[in-house]
Amino acid sequence: MAVGDLSYVRTEMSPAEKPPRGEHGLAAWLKKNLFASPGDSILTVVGLLLVAAILPPFVRWAFLDAAWVGADRSVCSTVVQGGIQPEGWSGACWPFVKAKFELFMFGRYPIDERWRVILVGILFVALLVPLLMPRAPRKGLNALLFFIVFPVVAFVLLVGGWFGLEHVETSLWGGLLVTLVISYVGISVSLPLGVLLALGRRSKLPVLKMLSVIFIEAVRGVPLVTVLFMASVMLPLFLPPGTTFDKLLRALIGVALFASAYMAEVIRGGLQAIPKGQYEGADSLGLGYWQKMGLIILPQALKLVIPGIVNTFIGLFKDTSLVSIIGMFDLLGIVRQAFSDTNWASPQTPMTGLVFAGFIFWIFCFGMSRYSIYTEKRLDTGHRK
Amino acid sequence: MRSQGTTGLAPDNNRRKGFVGMKNVLTGMLGVAALALTASVASAGTLDDVKAKGFVQCGVNTGLAGFAAPNDKGEWSGFDVDYCKALAAAIFGDASKVKYTPTTAKERFTALQSGEVDVLIRNTTQTLSRDTALGFDFAGVNYYDGQGFMINAKHLAGVNSALQLSGASVCVQTGTTTELNLADFFKANKMEYNPVVFEKLEEVNAAYDSGRCDVYTTDQSGLYAIRLTLASPDDHVVLPEIISKEPLGPVVRQGDSQWADIVKWTHYALLTAEELGITQANVEEMKASGGPAVKRVLGEEPDTKLGTDLGLTNDWVVNIIKAVGNYGEIFERNVGAGSPLKIARGINAQWTKGGLQYALPIR
Repeated sequence: MAVGDLSYVRTEMSPAEKPPRGEHGLAAWLKKNLFASPGDSILTVVGLLLVAAILPPFVRWAFLDAAWVGADRSVCSTVVQGGIQPEGWSGACWPFVKAKFELFMFGRYPIDERWRVILVGILFVALLVPLLMPRAPRKGLNALLFFIVFPVVAFVLLVGGWFGLEHVETSLWGGLLVTLVISYVGISVSLPLGVLLALGRRSKLPVLKMLSVIFIEAVRGVPLVTVLFMASVMLPLFLPPGTTFDKLLRALIGVALFASAYMAEVIRGGLQAIPKGQYEGADSLGLGYWQKMGLIILPQALKLVIPGIVNTFIGLFKDTSLVSIIGMFDLLGIVRQAFSDTNWASPQTPMTGLVFAGFIFWIFCFGMSRYSIYTEKRLDTGHRK
Repeated sequence: MRSQGTTGLAPDNNRRKGFVGMKNVLTGMLGVAALALTASVASAGTLDDVKAKGFVQCGVNTGLAGFAAPNDKGEWSGFDVDYCKALAAAIFGDASKVKYTPTTAKERFTALQSGEVDVLIRNTTQTLSRDTALGFDFAGVNYYDGQGFMINAKHLAGVNSALQLSGASVCVQTGTTTELNLADFFKANKMEYNPVVFEKLEEVNAAYDSGRCDVYTTDQSGLYAIRLTLASPDDHVVLPEIISKEPLGPVVRQGDSQWADIVKWTHYALLTAEELGITQANVEEMKASGGPAVKRVLGEEPDTKLGTDLGLTNDWVVNIIKAVGNYGEIFERNVGAGSPLKIARGINAQWTKGGLQYALPIR
């Protein structure tokens, strides 16, 4: 007897019923997400009030009332302040940012040579983007180019002195350029060095272990500001007269060593989280130390501590602002330096400059943070409890 | 302490001491190091070094309104910067042969002692201990400054002297000698006050502007700069009392008199030019038509050796004035009526006009 003969048996699925009223639609969504309990309702209302209190004045200040074009402080100050705006005016001073934009990006890098910085920037993006995309091919070559070839090319281009390029002293560098150079060097040095230090600290070789511990504890125990300050104020006194130790180099070494020590502790946390069975399993397969670490332990340990690593990167990126105490100007430093230009001094200038600098920092940090979340998800191989 | 280079319109008060607590330790250490260094560095002959490398390395402030700040194109400009240019013009006949090293208050002395800069033109207060223990020479006073008070005249109507400020709350930056001068002043006059201290200059500005304190105290040149950032500047007045002496000027390493002479006489040349009415515009004309005093200064006197004795060429003053103008022009352009700061000449006027600027005769 064919199944189809049974006329009372349905041959297709019945259409899905709508969820019951109260389980779908706007009202349900609101109830579920915003007003699920009295506590939630209070938080929602308070949150909305906060947004309502902060957002409209900010939008008005930053966009609606802001000054957009102008050549000096007069467009950003009221009549009594020596400008053209009406009494009681308050708005962002974007012409200031516009006039100083190149200064904020390149510092005092010679104007005719700025194409070199832009070229390095393009190379950086062109190499970094495929490296970050899991599906892009030739990862090995790409990494080699990014971490070995790119620094050399960037060094030659930025510093100059070869191939007919004019030499540009690092004292002329500034702004975002300095921020990115310090972060790039700090990040690319601290990760490998941090791994080595973490392995050294867990090593069974006593001398190696002791050296790693001493380095990590000594560097972590001293504030970065102190190291930079000592490098800038005391170091020149111990060097032979006339010898100048490049300021940027001092900052680079300080920041890189610093980040390495922190990174080592983050990675050590990951190493400790790997069950002993993994080590024993690797041993039982007859793997040597580096094979064991490289193939079994580190891939798991590093994956565990991605949030910690990115946290350190973000901290490092923002710590670059500390170089302003040794007379170098990172993005924040140069923005604040620009406040001292009397052509632009007005009650609105500092706020505008700081909002701009904060926005640039935020873009970079947010980018790093989103990429770290993406990587965590991609590498999630089911260890989540 | 004031964070130099991070504060925009910061009048530079840590030039006086910076870390008040750490001062003695640092001074001692720097002093010892300076002793070891000055001999070798200075004996090299700074002028020869400068001529050999082809530029003057000039230590300037990391950013001080009107005195040293990069403009929109990133070129340094300001009162102190013009002095650097004048020095380059005197030596090379070309004001562009100068490189700037922005120095914070903390590192400026090391930069000079270690030879990183040839001269420090960075609103540094000249004091005995700096002249002796730190091993420096001061080459003239290019700006007479002093700590003053600013009040909101609307809040404190009728106050026209700092002696009426008893009981006032005073905004001041912490860890500076400004704070100590303030305490001294109120104690000496047996007045009460309520200090409102902040770490960062922006915070002090904001606190004062929002009325959290009645009085703002810092250097007078700084008070003018801060007025530019106040919401209603006309309500604020600077009181006449000056409670500290802050003679600012170029600093060089001790032990190289030739170099110190060049820096010092560059300053006097700028002053003398103003006194004689030589300006950037008329210097060529004056060379031909000026009186004997003008001709002597401009190196037009027959067989003159004034410039060559200094280690320069005889037309050194002409080069300076062509490059930056005379003292009055530098002042007006950067901090005076021609700038947003609009600082009055006051005690920085020529001695003939009741000020303190008195050039030694160039002859």
